[in-house]
Amino acid sequence: MEQTQDTIKMKGQATGKAALTYLQYVAQAVGAAMLALFQGAGRLFVFMGQSVVHIFLPPFFPRLVLRQLIDIGYYSLPVVGMTTLFTGMVLALQSYTGFSRFNAESAVAGVVVLSMARELAPVLAGLMVAGRVGASIAAEIATMRVTEQIDALSTLSVNPFKYLIAPRVLAGTLMLPILVLVGDIIGVFGGYVVSIYNLGFSPGRYLSQTWEILEVIDVTSGLVKAAVFGFIVALMGCYHGFNSQRGAQGVGAATTNAVVSSSILILILNYILTQVFFS
Amino acid sequence: MSETAKLQLSGVVKSFGSKKVLQGIDLSIPKGKSLVVIGGSGTGKSVMLKCALGLIHADSGSIMVDGQETMGLDSKGRTAVMQKFGMLFQGGALFDSLKVWENVAFGLIHGRGMDKRDAYSIVLEKLKSVGLAESVAELYPAELSGGMQKRVGLARAIATNPEIIFFDEPTTGLDPIMADVINDLIVNSTKELGATTLSITHDMASARKIADFVAMIYEGKIIWTGPVDDLDHCGNPYVDQFIHGRASGPITFGAAA
Ligand SMILES: Nc1ncnc2c1ncn2[C@@H]1O[C@H](COP(=O)(O)OP(=O)(O)O)[C@@H](O)[C@H]1O
Ligand SMILES: [Mg+2]
Repeated sequence: MEQTQDTIKMKGQATGKAALTYLQYVAQAVGAAMLALFQGAGRLFVFMGQSVVHIFLPPFFPRLVLRQLIDIGYYSLPVVGMTTLFTGMVLALQSYTGFSRFNAESAVAGVVVLSMARELAPVLAGLMVAGRVGASIAAEIATMRVTEQIDALSTLSVNPFKYLIAPRVLAGTLMLPILVLVGDIIGVFGGYVVSIYNLGFSPGRYLSQTWEILEVIDVTSGLVKAAVFGFIVALMGCYHGFNSQRGAQGVGAATTNAVVSSSILILILNYILTQVFFS
Repeated sequence: MSETAKLQLSGVVKSFGSKKVLQGIDLSIPKGKSLVVIGGSGTGKSVMLKCALGLIHADSGSIMVDGQETMGLDSKGRTAVMQKFGMLFQGGALFDSLKVWENVAFGLIHGRGMDKRDAYSIVLEKLKSVGLAESVAELYPAELSGGMQKRVGLARAIATNPEIIFFDEPTTGLDPIMADVINDLIVNSTKELGATTLSITHDMASARKIADFVAMIYEGKIIWTGPVDDLDHCGNPYVDQFIHGRASGPITFGAAA
């Protein structure tokens, strides 16, 4: 009798101990993951701080900034233009099929312009630029890291943050709002074309309906979003490129990480900014 | 070696994660002399140079330049010290978006604030001293052969007339004749500048040609150092095995990897 009680007690202790080690194991794993997360976030914030500081501290490299402005802004125009054009067109088409059921066709112009200016132009432009520019920034800087060109910059007394990173982050932040403004116009134009030539709207009515509903905040909120997204895309490209692991594999991973992380950040920040602006 | 060394490393330690690469490096180079560090692949030679330059932060130890501690310098102090250094990287590390002359002029224009025209004439002079024609100046690095890229790298390293120059495997990947040409260029150009040099190689012909002193790195430590003339009768079995390139001896692949 006593013996069985003892064994039960021992068994209880054993399971208790097992549960405890299991808990300990889980706690350690979670702790390590949290620690890695915080460390990563901390490193990113330090990197961000340095990038921003070097935008404002001399010496400056105006020629490099100009080149990035052209690279990021001008060469992204076709991609952003195509995306917003077809999005504006499809918006008109879809909202028409919906609204015509309620005899509310007059809302089409408003839906097109508000969706474009507030959400779609900034987000789509941000994502397209993340794919086009973010990837190429990450690949270029990672290659420079892997081939020791970044080390070479330092030995020649040039700060890589000033020479490589500040111009890209500055150009990204400045150019995306311009791209989005152009995208807004092209998107509205796309909706206009479909409405006039496909859905039989009258041009004058469509345009007046567009202007009637549009307010300044709709456009400015989109442009602020665009600036934030441009900053994020360039920053993440630089960050992942700069911290690339060695070898060709490192460059590939840096590129992927730059695109994925900036795309996700764009979507999250878009939600947060919408909340800030419109609630 | 009684006066203060130009460059002195003591007890420099560096690990990557659990991997101990440098385990207490002690080195000292007198002013105007040339030290060559020999050692197998992956023994941490490049890491040692980068620690000395502050490109990689050593975990502990001391790195003195002209008797001044450089460990833990802030970025301003680091930039000032960096002006004393020139470096030829293992892979050349030429900026491939810039022309040859812009590469060579880079430190002069951006590091020293020299104007372009003045820098260009120095570039031509330096290109000439590494045996390259003026026409090369307008080419891009990708248009050059490996040997020519090394020469451009060398020209860039000496363009600012640095007091201390590092050479990371300057002859690796070159044919023996080109390797010898590069060795001569290194010897001549550094003698001309009166520079102190630290070179890394596993090419013994190159080491004998460049070195005043030789040191051998093994398992993260300097296990032997002495004048180049003592190299052949140093009595150190590790050095002996290395300079004769024998597969058998105290150095094993497990340890070298
Ligand atoms: N940035 C780094 N991160 C992790 N490991 C590194 C890094 N740099 C060098 N190592 C490791 O340190 C060791 C020494 O490398 P290195 O100094 O390049 O060797 P070598 O003597 O051939 O120049 C290698 O095993 C390498 O994998
Ligand atoms: Mg090396």
